[in-house]
Amino acid sequence: MSGPSDYQPSNPALKWIERRLPIFGLMHSSFVAYPTPRNLNYWWTFGAILSFMLGIQILTGVILAMHYTPYADLAFKSVELIVRDVNYGWLLRNMHAVGASMFFFAVYVHMFRGLYYGSYKEPREVLWILGVIIYLLMMATGFMGYVLPWGQMSFWGATVITNLFSAFPYVGESIVTLLWGGYSVGNPTLNRFFSLHYLLPFLIAGVVVLHVWALHVAGQNNPDGVEPKTEKDTVPFTPHATIKDLFGVSCFLLLYSWFIFYMPNYLGDADNYIPANPGVTPPHIVPEWYYLPFYAILRSIPNKLAGVIAMFSAIIVLAFLPWLDSAKTRSTKYRPLAKQFFWIFVVVCILLGYLGAQPPEGIYVIAGRVLTVCYFAYFLIVLPLLSRIETPRPVPNSISESVLANGRKVAASVVVALVAAGALFAGTLQDARAAEGTDKPPAQKWSFSGPFGKFDRGALQRGLKVYKEVCANCHGLSYIAFRNLAEAGGPGYSVAQASAFASEYKVKDGPNDQGEMFERPGRPADYFPSPFPNEQAARAANGGAAPPDLSLITKARSYERGFPWFIFDFFTQYQEQGPDYVAAMLQGFEDKVPEGVTIPEGSYFNKYFPGHAIKMPKPLSDGQVTYDDGSPTTVAQYAKDVTTFLMWAAEPHMEARKQLGFQVFVFLIIFAGLMYFTKKKVWADAH
Amino acid sequence: MGGVATLWPFISQMNPDASTIAAGAPIEVDLTPVAEGQDIKVFWRGKPIYVSHRTKKQIEEARAVNVASLPDPQSDEARVKAGHEQWLVVIGICTHLGCIPIAHEGNYDGFFCPCHGSQYDSSGRIRQGPAPANLPVPPYQFVSDTKIQIG
Repeated sequence: MSGPSDYQPSNPALKWIERRLPIFGLMHSSFVAYPTPRNLNYWWTFGAILSFMLGIQILTGVILAMHYTPYADLAFKSVELIVRDVNYGWLLRNMHAVGASMFFFAVYVHMFRGLYYGSYKEPREVLWILGVIIYLLMMATGFMGYVLPWGQMSFWGATVITNLFSAFPYVGESIVTLLWGGYSVGNPTLNRFFSLHYLLPFLIAGVVVLHVWALHVAGQNNPDGVEPKTEKDTVPFTPHATIKDLFGVSCFLLLYSWFIFYMPNYLGDADNYIPANPGVTPPHIVPEWYYLPFYAILRSIPNKLAGVIAMFSAIIVLAFLPWLDSAKTRSTKYRPLAKQFFWIFVVVCILLGYLGAQPPEGIYVIAGRVLTVCYFAYFLIVLPLLSRIETPRPVPNSISESVLANGRKVAASVVVALVAAGALFAGTLQDARAAEGTDKPPAQKWSFSGPFGKFDRGALQRGLKVYKEVCANCHGLSYIAFRNLAEAGGPGYSVAQASAFASEYKVKDGPNDQGEMFERPGRPADYFPSPFPNEQAARAANGGAAPPDLSLITKARSYERGFPWFIFDFFTQYQEQGPDYVAAMLQGFEDKVPEGVTIPEGSYFNKYFPGHAIKMPKPLSDGQVTYDDGSPTTVAQYAKDVTTFLMWAAEPHMEARKQLGFQVFVFLIIFAGLMYFTKKKVWADAH
Repeated sequence: MGGVATLWPFISQMNPDASTIAAGAPIEVDLTPVAEGQDIKVFWRGKPIYVSHRTKKQIEEARAVNVASLPDPQSDEARVKAGHEQWLVVIGICTHLGCIPIAHEGNYDGFFCPCHGSQYDSSGRIRQGPAPANLPVPPYQFVSDTKIQIG
């Protein structure tokens, strides 16, 4: 459709260039004059959204790479330093991490849209296959990016995923060694993943160019699936599609910003705030949410090789879709049976995603197998069969004809599928409740929760005192420097007070001119000294369990919220699992071990600690720390104060994040409104 | 030919480099501090190696099983060194997807993998779950009665 353009720039300089490289003509014919079907709905804006997200990911990624260190001993720390010390580092990191999720969210909408409206059918097969290739590249990029922060989930996710290749007979082990560059996941693996994670987005961008090229040759599909026939069926890309895409992008930005500014860790895993440890596997390894359906397929097959093959087939099968579904009618809108099955398939995918996050036991395994069969049956049985037996409704003669008639009714299958999904959720929920032995930490009221949350300065100062007098005997706080105490959004000390506080500490420095190490009073730039020189010493001094560093503890601890809470949490911005757990754990000690529970020698019973046997003795008791401001000196108050302090330590820029978030939202809402009215005006004649 | 030969260095560089291979040299482990019923975890080539001092009961359990009925048939005798039956030395990496199984857990007095629920017996053989093979026995030999060399 985009033939040679007759566009001629009027500016002589541009004319000069155009004669030698007709780039302005290309741009004009592709993005201005390009005819786009006039009946496109908002699902079609996701193409623009995806291009935008790719741009954002590359931009933020290149910037983050300027501050990141791809070395096993430093990677985790360098990410924390980006978030804490680089100007707006927290924003860039959140944009990139959340951006990956948003990118996948948009790509799934884009794919389901293609599936529903038959955008893979003749003559758009190559366009569709290029899309599948982009999706595969995205999965590889996303996986390698998740490894880079080098937390526990990064490390163990990398171990599990690379081990998938060991399933291949004969060559499997050699392939895995080749991927690792060692005998296990380690520094060489991190280095090459960083290199590839930097490379692949540019490959994606290259394939995207091919994708758009193929799109502009075949022309866009549309909700009615009939090709544009006359001028009346199309509108020019600019301004019609451009303004609509802009409105789509600005709405998407609202969702994106909701995560960036208000719940950056909602889509992540608390375990990834624990530095990678090759000696300890987390109890429950979960990939990022966008891989979960495939992970569920992998786990539901009891044979290892077959599981790996099934997982890859689940993606590869998409590439064969144009030939599996040979129905002549393109749009599912006019295929009553296909419509029912499409929505069932959507629910199957969502449920598989849910199951991928559940432990592989009991009813989850059975449900996983049933749904895996459903997933493949949709492609291999339902679609080929439907294309032979289904009688589609008549399609409109032209796009302009269909624009006039616009009624809609909800497919009965949506209701059926939703009820089935609800029943299954309820079933698994009961199962999950039965499996739970541990009490859930009670939700507390925190001054820092919600969109306008701020730290209670008094609580921060009291919490610092509790940390210093009690916790610091065993626990480090190694990412917090004394200077942080005087920073905005912190405990509110002056620079002089922070210096005085620092000088109370002895810090090891050196070597001096004699080559010896020496001790000197702390300075604001120094970090809180750790009570033990290394992990082994900490372990030895504490009965085999090393007290964890507390800098990130409120982000590194969480508990299962379960369905449906995790959905409500998205709207209420509940982000305080970590603080709730820490505060509850500090108060959860009980002298009397309940009936039927045995705990090992040298451990203490704690109601909220997973497994109940904790090596830490009850750390707080009433009246232990004196307060100058008259606050009650009770365990409950101590726990609350020290947890508030630790939440600040885990995210010193939280107030800045929420403040900026509010400004961004005000701007975006106004901007989206303007876009909407401009769009209405532009489209007034087209509808 | 030339093309393939040129390609080789670009692929070969991905394999473990000289220092990684050198760091993977054999290590010696002293067994004296490991009491009966206890086990230690040592790292060799970045992999955790479980050295278990098995109890009489564990050895008997491992030997009472009908070998032919196992998913990956292997007798306990073939997995330990003759004369040192109490010592089980296995690579503590689940043969499913590489997590580290927990010792002394599961239904078979052996190992339990927390990731996908594979269970190994007191000889490190797979008994239940998705893992296809037994925990591998690393190359090792007894230097003396109380010392082994792994590698």
